[in-house]
Amino acid sequence: MCEKDIDGIIEKYRGQPSSLIHALVEIQHANHWLPREVMHRVAEALEVPFAQVMQIASFYKTFSLTPKGRHEVHVCTGMTCHLRGAAKLLAKVEEVTGLKAGETDAESKFTVETGACLGSCSIGPELIVDGKHYGRMTPEKAEAVLNSYE
Amino acid sequence: MTDIVLNIDGKEVKAKAGMTVLEAAQQAGIYIPTLCHHEKLEAFGGCRLCMVEVESRGWTSYVVSCLYPVAKDIVVRTRSPKVDNIRKVLIEELLAHAPDAPELVKMAEEYGSDRNRFAREASFCVLCGLCVRYCDEVKQKNAVSFFDNGSVRQIAFVPEVAKKECWECQECFALCPTSYAQAAYLLTEALAFPGQRKTPAKSAKDLALKSRMIPITPVAM
Repeated sequence: MCEKDIDGIIEKYRGQPSSLIHALVEIQHANHWLPREVMHRVAEALEVPFAQVMQIASFYKTFSLTPKGRHEVHVCTGMTCHLRGAAKLLAKVEEVTGLKAGETDAESKFTVETGACLGSCSIGPELIVDGKHYGRMTPEKAEAVLNSYE
Repeated sequence: MTDIVLNIDGKEVKAKAGMTVLEAAQQAGIYIPTLCHHEKLEAFGGCRLCMVEVESRGWTSYVVSCLYPVAKDIVVRTRSPKVDNIRKVLIEELLAHAPDAPELVKMAEEYGSDRNRFAREASFCVLCGLCVRYCDEVKQKNAVSFFDNGSVRQIAFVPEVAKKECWECQECFALCPTSYAQAAYLLTEALAFPGQRKTPAKSAKDLALKSRMIPITPVAM
């Protein structure tokens, strides 16, 4: 992610206070997190007080105020996935990545998170990497999936 | 504009269209307890303490009077066993956060709230939003704002703005029902910019320094 892309997003919404959430969502998707300095620039360009940008960014779960990895790994811990073995799946994911749920590694490769319910109970237990759903996961398959990401 | 006549606590009250029930009551000298209401600020509906019973076309409902617009022929009751009970529980919940806030303690006495009913979780902020809204709507500085959501929602000062604006204003401190706004500011100062706040004395000094500086004029070559 380079500065130019972020600047492009900010420029697109310059002077449009009502587009604050759109701008933040786009930056979040491109950059995986919202640095404070970027939010200052958003506030200035969209003519929104910085405090309100922070309020929005801290309110919604979509936005991250701390650095995240290039690949966001979600393990569903909902009822159905749990009964189908999500706990073992999560343990394997934590073992392969060396991260606990909510953590990001030093090379910012992976961020591991739990979620419930991710909405695909029929193919549980489920693993989602960067929005791609991997259904009927076993710990062995999960290792192969995670190893396929750079 | 035509006046709307409604009944509050058995009294005929005249109000203008667009007014809220709370405004109509206050205008008629009828007291409704509030925590998050301020005449200079937009209605917020956060504390719910101004809850009243409204009877309209035979139906009784419970509404927050600071947001409920006046309507023709409605009957408002500001005190009833159910309203009192709602307020009592609301005060008990708020007391779990700010056990010694003077306004709350006084209201607790009136409504018979038990301050120990809920386990204490003293955050000292009742999230009335007075400081946040005052800073936004009246001062337009936005130095303090809400952060996070749900049970971890809190107010916090933005250090970048607070450093420049807050010491010379401090107007939100007096609005705060629990003194938490002041505490939050001082904590922000201690963490983010100790000893760097802008004070009138400092600004005067800066100004004096500026005027003493010799303006640089281009040197003719």
